[in-house]
Amino acid sequence: MNDLYIIITACLVAINCAIVGSFLVMRKMVMIGDAISHAVLPGIFFAYLLSGSTSSLPILIGAAASGIFATILIEWFTQKARLQSDASIGVSYTLLFAIGIILISKFGENADIDQQCVLYGELEYVWLWLVPIGNHFFIPQQTLILLSLTLIIITGVMIGFKGLFITTFDPNFAISTGVAIGFWHYFLMGGVSLTTVVSFESVGAILVVAFLSGPPAIAYLLTENLKKMIILSCFFGILCAIIGFYTAKLFDVSIAGAISTIIGLVFTVVFIISTQKKSKIDVISY
Amino acid sequence: MIFLQSISTLFSNDYYTFWVVAAGAGIICFAAGTVGTFSYLRKRALLGDVISHAVLPGVVISFMLTGVKDSLYFLTGATISGLISIAIVDYVQSKSKLKPDTILALTLSVFFGVGIVLLTKIQHSGNGAQSGLDSFLFGKAASMSLHDVTLFSIIAIINTICIVLFIRPFSLISFDEEYAKGIGFNVKFIKYFLAMLTVITVSIGIQSVGIVLMAALLITPASGARFLTNAIPKMIFYAGFFACISGIIGVFISSTGTSMPTGPWIVVVLSSFTLLAIFFGKEKGIFARMQTRKSNQIKINNENILKIVYKTSKEGTISVPIQDIFKESSDKSIRLTLKRLEKNNIISRVKGMIVLHENGKIAAREVIRKHRLWEIYLSKYFQLEADHLHDDAEGIEHIITPEIEKHLITLLDRPEKDPHQSEIPY
Repeated sequence: MNDLYIIITACLVAINCAIVGSFLVMRKMVMIGDAISHAVLPGIFFAYLLSGSTSSLPILIGAAASGIFATILIEWFTQKARLQSDASIGVSYTLLFAIGIILISKFGENADIDQQCVLYGELEYVWLWLVPIGNHFFIPQQTLILLSLTLIIITGVMIGFKGLFITTFDPNFAISTGVAIGFWHYFLMGGVSLTTVVSFESVGAILVVAFLSGPPAIAYLLTENLKKMIILSCFFGILCAIIGFYTAKLFDVSIAGAISTIIGLVFTVVFIISTQKKSKIDVISY
Repeated sequence: MIFLQSISTLFSNDYYTFWVVAAGAGIICFAAGTVGTFSYLRKRALLGDVISHAVLPGVVISFMLTGVKDSLYFLTGATISGLISIAIVDYVQSKSKLKPDTILALTLSVFFGVGIVLLTKIQHSGNGAQSGLDSFLFGKAASMSLHDVTLFSIIAIINTICIVLFIRPFSLISFDEEYAKGIGFNVKFIKYFLAMLTVITVSIGIQSVGIVLMAALLITPASGARFLTNAIPKMIFYAGFFACISGIIGVFISSTGTSMPTGPWIVVVLSSFTLLAIFFGKEKGIFARMQTRKSNQIKINNENILKIVYKTSKEGTISVPIQDIFKESSDKSIRLTLKRLEKNNIISRVKGMIVLHENGKIAAREVIRKHRLWEIYLSKYFQLEADHLHDDAEGIEHIITPEIEKHLITLLDRPEKDPHQSEIPY
């Protein structure tokens, strides 16, 4: 049963990240996802400090707030300070992460947060916190939160698909037809923050980044249609999560690490196949 | 007082370790700051992030193979896996339609994932010697030994010498690879040489600040230095210098408390320097730019008012009722501008009339001249209709320098009338 909980949790993270990640990949903003996943640390700490509890909701809100703060900071560096965009990302997230670690190691002895779980997550122990549903059915708290997030993201993307689509592929056209480009930017960034924060609590920063970039990249090699790409990346995300889990069990290693490794392997296979296909086409066209 | 005391105790013998660590951190940060300048200039700042995550598998494998924790072995393993990661990023980028950011994020997380898998493998195998391996994740500056510091310093110094020697080719490939190729540089070699220097720097850097924060050591100093100067050698020097100081201050702060991590403090100090540079940088800082914008706005307001006064007071007199100016101008700060002009002795107010002084007259004629010259230029060289000229000239009249004006006059043969048949005042 515990295995099942872990697999379901990992799959939910995979789905969330695959949907949001597909948009990030098309918008060339994946590294912002990476930045957010590191930058949530101070928010987690302040939420803990203010609420005095390590329960999920305040921490979630704190982390999401600092995720959005990180995107605003990055925006400020590029727009107002005119720093080039890659440097803005690097400067902001390292600063926030450093502040977070200082706060946690100074005041966080009693808190249930440490540096390691930030990076690896606690997927292995997800079944420790169970919430009853009905009389005989239990579900891990983390899984429940992830499930509601999945529903939120799917509804959000379904409602906002048109706006997200047009601002992703033709921002100039979007501006000229009066679409609020800034609104959709923050709509997506809010989604990214929520996804990274919620997922990060269960799987750690690194696997979040792997899920955000890997499955969408694999799907993008196979199709150019955004809807197909989202569905394919969900599929590959789930596939990698399941294979990764059993690999980790087999070799007795970190689940998050194993899933990332499998994502890398699957990408390599698809990449080799797609380049060979392309070179064949090249030969024909000459 | 407490602060001074703690500083004075730093020079006692008990603080031998402190100075060893501070020297090590300072030197490492200096090397990272200098090399990082080129990552910044090549707009590959985040590659540093990738490299620092990608060295983890190399470090762990070198431990698995040798079974000992030695900086030199770690360094070798780290360098190899760092270089592999760069090669993969380059290869995938050239062979697929994926954008750089996706490739960077994917490479970073997969390499790090592999590293974590290997790390947990040895941890679970119960090898006692492995403890401390994960200090790579967050740095272990505080526990650097003299042996480590000597090794790192030698490498950092060699690195710096290479940069000094290769500053020209490195700068060239940062700005114009094609040109570098054209004048006979081996661009591919230079690129990989620079990459290798970066990887080596990262490999020694992560031992002081850790993997996650290593990116800051490369990016943040250069980002700050960019606001202080335009010259590359100066920029490299500033980046290295501020990084070095931050390293030492960071070690100092973390030595004052028990649970104060070194790496994060170095990064916080470094970021503070960079933020200061962003705000107060002499030419490109936010405040400096605000100042320039403000003085430009003042110049524009002044000139616009002068123009109005001159134009409305054309026939013989040089005085205008103030109400006329309010009617003509759309400027909201008109009172302020009038006061300023009066203070500078360019106009004076007499009984509700504005009187233009001689120097004001000259200035007004100059602006009008520039405006009309530009209109002629546009109609002659861009074949614009007469009713399209005004708005463009209205903006550019404040920007044209005396040199450009001279050039315009010769180019247009010192014309007498503008396209609207108004005279040009010389």
